[in-house]
Amino acid sequence: MILELLNIIIKILAIIVPLLIAVAYLTLAERKVIGSIQRRKGPDVVGVFGLLQPLADGLKLFIKETILPNQSNVLIFVFAPILTFLLSLISWAVIPFNYGMVLVDINVGLLYIFAISSLGVYGIITSGWASNSKYAFLGALRSAAQMVSYEVSIGLIIITVLLFAGSLNLSTIVAAQEYVWYCIPLMPLFIMFFISILAETNRSPFDLPEAEAELVAGYNVEYSAMGFALFFLGEYSNMILMSSVATCLFLGGWLPPMDLFIFNWLPSPFWFGLKISFLLFVFIWVRAAFPRYRYDQLMRLGWKVFLPLSLGFVLLTAGVLLGFNYI
Amino acid sequence: MNIGHFIIANLFYFFSFLMLISAILVIGSKNPVHSVLFLILVFCNAAGLLILLEVEFLAMIFLIVYVGAIAVLFLFVVMMLNIKLIELNENLILYLPIGAILALIFLFEIFIIIDTDLIPLFSLNFADTLNYIKWTSEITYTTNVARLGSLIYTHYFFLFIIASLILFVAMVGAIMLTLYKNTNLKRQVIYKQISRDFNKAIKLQYLK
Repeated sequence: MILELLNIIIKILAIIVPLLIAVAYLTLAERKVIGSIQRRKGPDVVGVFGLLQPLADGLKLFIKETILPNQSNVLIFVFAPILTFLLSLISWAVIPFNYGMVLVDINVGLLYIFAISSLGVYGIITSGWASNSKYAFLGALRSAAQMVSYEVSIGLIIITVLLFAGSLNLSTIVAAQEYVWYCIPLMPLFIMFFISILAETNRSPFDLPEAEAELVAGYNVEYSAMGFALFFLGEYSNMILMSSVATCLFLGGWLPPMDLFIFNWLPSPFWFGLKISFLLFVFIWVRAAFPRYRYDQLMRLGWKVFLPLSLGFVLLTAGVLLGFNYI
Repeated sequence: MNIGHFIIANLFYFFSFLMLISAILVIGSKNPVHSVLFLILVFCNAAGLLILLEVEFLAMIFLIVYVGAIAVLFLFVVMMLNIKLIELNENLILYLPIGAILALIFLFEIFIIIDTDLIPLFSLNFADTLNYIKWTSEITYTTNVARLGSLIYTHYFFLFIIASLILFVAMVGAIMLTLYKNTNLKRQVIYKQISRDFNKAIKLQYLK
């Protein structure tokens, strides 16, 4: 029994530890990419090419003083960042890295990810409320409204993919893309999904919750040291998670582009990582290239553009699949 | 003992115990926001119990709909209100008889459902009852989603459509009640802005 327990714990650690390292180096990659887009060098002092910069940042956050504001509701204030971080980690249980290389292969994997990402609102809204500060509260309300509205279109897009694959199991969905990745027949949906996950993870151009110029720092103004670090880790881990979900749904997961010898030469998890890295690069690229949306524009895009479009696509694909007798 | 069985056997008690405690705290806590948070905890534990019953689709839908959508809006409303700490007073005891009657009716209904639909409790001996309980494992050859889908969309689709129409009517009603049209509001029409001709936007006028 102890051995089994140990086995489970080692499996979990084998996902979480590389994930945290990935998060650390994603922050470095972001600064480097934005730096080179803006013709700067980015961090290059700590270590070779700035490779030790994330560690230095982490150490800085770790040794800072944790401040608990007098006005705050301490229990919820402490609990909120932990919840955000926890939720960003537990979704990884169902992500398949290769055929059969997945922690738990459940039948409703896609719904599980959707459910967990809809729980992510709570970390933000409770942190904003518990801080008992105007700026944090306004930021939290904005952020929660934004996440709730874009979840609707994400759900409808997931339904369309589900119609194609005929299963909610992520491994089956990836395996169904053996002949063609879904980003080719479902190109518009892939773009809509990508924009929706930008909004869902509160990244620019939809980073209104922490709009640096308007609200001080959004829902996490009052947080310092590890509380802030947990929010930060949660946000970046969510970015990687959402990229991997997009990869599984549209870019064929671990599958190489074609069943050729040269492509098969690379191991499958490597392809998976390559696709995730590409999507993350686009995340950063979008941040450097686009100005921030206004709040009413953001809501208009979510409710008046994406919702009808994705609903229409559900009906269209269902009709086409039914017409050709593919269901 | 297999660790899976060990965990599952104890998880049931864990979830149901936590669910009862937090359900009591929903009523008992003084701060309304704490009440809503405990309500969310109740929902999460209920989803855990559903997973233990191997109805994982319902559990996920429970999480998405109740926790992800309804409780968020609930929390929104409660947070926006001017929060007053509710004083627990003796008047609550006056509600006790009504609550007891409601609870008895509820228990009676559950008993009727179980006795007629699922497992006849009193007309069978114990061994047969155990045989009846196996019905979850009987249908594992198809997934939850496929099973529910075939049930709802082929056999009971009339009821499904009627339920959706009822929800729709409620939504239209709520919107009609709260709709307030401000006539002198200047709205941004993006189509008009984009389709504006550059040459017509700027004019040169000679002043005499």
